[in-house]
Amino acid sequence: MSQQFCTFKLDGHLFGVEVLHVQEVIRFQEMTRVPLAPGAVNGLINLRGQIVTAIDLRARFGMASRRPNQLPMNVIIRTDDGAVSFLVDEIGDVFDVGDDALESPPQTIDGEARELIRGVYKLNDGLLLALDTERACDTGRLVGAAVED
Amino acid sequence: MSDLSDVVSEFLIESYENLDQLDRDLVALERDPSEKETLASIFRTIHTIKGTSGFLAFSKLESVTHVGENLLSRLRDGLLVLTPDRTSALLTMVDAVRGILANIEESGQEGDGVYDDLIKSLTALTEDGSSAPAAAPPAAMVVDDHESDDHEESEDLALASATSMAKPSATDLGESGPATDSATHRGSVSDSNIRVDVGLLDRLMNLVGELVLARNQILQWSSGTEDTGFLATTQRLNLITTELQEGVMKTRMQPIGNVWAKFPRVVRDLASTCEKKVRIEMEGKDTELDKTIIESIKDPLTHIVRNAVDHGIESPHQRLLSGKEEEGLLLLRAYHEGGQVNIEIVDDGKGLDAAKIKEKAISRGLLTAEQAGRMSDRELVNLIFLPGFSTAAKVTNVSGRGVGMDVVKTNIEKIGGTVDLQSRPGEGTTLKIKIPLTLAIIPALIVTTGGDRFAIPQVSLLELVRLEGAQARKGIEWIHGAPVYRLRGNLLPLVFLNEQLQLGGPGSSVASLLDFEAARAELRGWLARAREAIKGHGANAPADLPPPAETTLGRWLSSCNDDLNALPTVELLRSACDAFFEGVSKITQAGGKVESHSLVEIESLAEVAAEQIGALQSYLETASSLNIVVLSADDRHFGLVVDEINDTEEIVVKPLSKQLKGLSVFAGATIMGDGRVALILDILGMAQRSGVVSQVRDRTLVDSKPQVHGEEVDKQTLLLVGVGEHGRMAIPLSAVARLEEFSGSTIERTGRDEVVQYRGNILPLLRLSSVLPESGSSHEADPMPVVVYSEDDRSVGLVVDRIIDIVEESVVLQRRSGRSGVLGSAIIQGRVTDVLDVRGLICKADPSFFEAVAA
Repeated sequence: MSQQFCTFKLDGHLFGVEVLHVQEVIRFQEMTRVPLAPGAVNGLINLRGQIVTAIDLRARFGMASRRPNQLPMNVIIRTDDGAVSFLVDEIGDVFDVGDDALESPPQTIDGEARELIRGVYKLNDGLLLALDTERACDTGRLVGAAVED
Repeated sequence: MSDLSDVVSEFLIESYENLDQLDRDLVALERDPSEKETLASIFRTIHTIKGTSGFLAFSKLESVTHVGENLLSRLRDGLLVLTPDRTSALLTMVDAVRGILANIEESGQEGDGVYDDLIKSLTALTEDGSSAPAAAPPAAMVVDDHESDDHEESEDLALASATSMAKPSATDLGESGPATDSATHRGSVSDSNIRVDVGLLDRLMNLVGELVLARNQILQWSSGTEDTGFLATTQRLNLITTELQEGVMKTRMQPIGNVWAKFPRVVRDLASTCEKKVRIEMEGKDTELDKTIIESIKDPLTHIVRNAVDHGIESPHQRLLSGKEEEGLLLLRAYHEGGQVNIEIVDDGKGLDAAKIKEKAISRGLLTAEQAGRMSDRELVNLIFLPGFSTAAKVTNVSGRGVGMDVVKTNIEKIGGTVDLQSRPGEGTTLKIKIPLTLAIIPALIVTTGGDRFAIPQVSLLELVRLEGAQARKGIEWIHGAPVYRLRGNLLPLVFLNEQLQLGGPGSSVASLLDFEAARAELRGWLARAREAIKGHGANAPADLPPPAETTLGRWLSSCNDDLNALPTVELLRSACDAFFEGVSKITQAGGKVESHSLVEIESLAEVAAEQIGALQSYLETASSLNIVVLSADDRHFGLVVDEINDTEEIVVKPLSKQLKGLSVFAGATIMGDGRVALILDILGMAQRSGVVSQVRDRTLVDSKPQVHGEEVDKQTLLLVGVGEHGRMAIPLSAVARLEEFSGSTIERTGRDEVVQYRGNILPLLRLSSVLPESGSSHEADPMPVVVYSEDDRSVGLVVDRIIDIVEESVVLQRRSGRSGVLGSAIIQGRVTDVLDVRGLICKADPSFFEAVAA
């Protein structure tokens, strides 16, 4: 079994999303910020009349924010709840990777980031981190969960 | 035509459609008499027409279709075989029916056609099991008495093409004048009506929504051009789009009578079950509402009607005793008002008993006696919307299970409506529902705050108030830190949108509201102090001056946001103030022993500062104005202060994605004329967030749901309490058993512990301010609010200083805490709030508490 991944870069790391989940990739769009929204929600964009929530993956992974002049790209993902846009640094190629190259994320990756990665594909010239799109969309870590801890 | 009632015209439309089908079916059936299903369908059609005509008192129609039905039923049961004679007779009957229908459509009457012969022949054909061929001619002859030749010729033709027969037979049968040309008129009802798939209408509505957006964009763009041709075209596009939108909207409109139609029956059945006499009256049946709204009010209305009959209206005996008619009246009334539909359900029953409701609420543990004592009758009456509330003494199979009214309220509010209940004991109850006409495209006011645009649904909008210059400052008064504005003599609480949404922005923020007189007075005071110090009369100096940082000016300067700080006048004022206060402190520190020119120096510094205050004042007074959007939420009025009021626009409401669903202050988003997205404010959510509307009905502890496990929890209900002067803490509501208030005098002591007697038990009290000393010193409130925590049968009372609110928010713990008893901090209602770990807290104070439970 091999899968096709649409790849993108985030703070130097190569990430991938299954091609089938990707609706399209578009350049930076003007956004309307949403006050009081979870930190990773960067704003709302108008995608041909459809309103799409943009989630900054850098914020999601707890990475430093982009330089002000570095405009993110939008990777539009299809989800059950409609389209969602992931803001990424730059877009890479589409890779064909085999399941034999897959390993689960090492335990040493810090907590939250590990939850967002489904697995690591070992490529010839580096690692491809497979993004768990569903978890990445889930922007609110809630008190409810913390109380249960 | 026009005076036909709705029922009759619907009957006509339906019957015409069915008759056309019938013609085809009968012909098809004759070719293949074994088609049982076709036969059954024909039978059903005729049966329906017969039934409805009987109901509408069209006796001729009924008798004709009755014999036809008899024949058909025997055919269907296989007792008779379909012969050409029978087919013709049936077709003749269809034509007769059509003729009568045409007459009804024309004049509302069945006409004076005589159908005895047709009936006879049909009866003969039904009874004559052998189907004697002799029976056939009468069938034809009866119909075509005068033109039998003509008919015989055309019979085959008629069989082949049923419609061709319609004209001659209608002419023959109708006989009366109007019926003669009825064939040309026929169908003016049916032709002008078609049945359309609702899904198609929904798609149309969506497309119109998109068109409205595109139109808005073009309008915005065209305002920048001078091309008259283009402008004229834009205007036309604008008009056409508006008309199209209205038109498509109308296609989805249905009269509310459609929902009401079933109520007479509901009321009759219910009344007889309850042994009551109830008459139902309806006003404004034709009031139209969007189909989706009609559907969502169906159940709430039924609930209300049932409740009114079951609880509201008294038994005939009681009614007579209280001097009323034996028969109770239930009045349903609907009417349009200001872009909304009002629906009233009025009964003349016994009304709601506020005292009984109070008693019930207390006994059910929904309220404490003290809380209830503070409520007005109107508030008490509205308690019936609480979940788990029912005043019926006994639970009947009709109502009284305590579900219903809360569902009613929730459902109505879900579609943006409001419910209000008014009751006069002994005279009756009026329940008033206000709902919007449609949900998809709404008129909205566009405002700007902090550089962002927001849409405010116009249904909540009452008026706009603009305060210019000095008015903006003087118009605002303060009650305990809460700004209010006197609107025609009534106090209007003000809510600053930029504060609620945590946006920056000059002009409208509280920070820009500086009390200039107080600032000047303090400045003078400080100058006086410096003077006295220099003169060596330090004791004469005004004593009660606040320290520089605590003066009106100092506080204002430190609360300035970035935008204000960027203003040159603010910068100048700040440096002037700093220089002045520095000078004063030098003088006072030196005990006045300074050189004489210092006095001149400090006076000139004071002058510069005063000048800058003046400059700032004149700047703010010319530059600043206050835009107040007066809104109504849950019948409370409040003023939303925004930076700018832009325009009204028709907007298309789009829902927010799940990441943002938890934000109760937004109702959705829309796309503006320039293609950018703007958020739509949820006025009720905004009012609740800012505390304008209390959440009394959510403050029921019975409702506290067990905590949902796992990450799918997207909302937490938290009790906000105040500790110390400014401290705010949140307690998960699941950890709260009850809220109580104890008077200081009821506190007793066992050893070091404070306890109170509570429901026959001893309740140990734990003062939050002493368990968490860092939260600030406590001030003694009397009565003391106490949060009761229970585990198994043991309870602890947490003494807090204030109960602030109950919020339902998705709370993100932003900073974990190392302190025991505190889970961490989160932003709740725009303020940093510590979230308490009640178990940890109790453990900290009394480690044996949980051991005792375990033991």
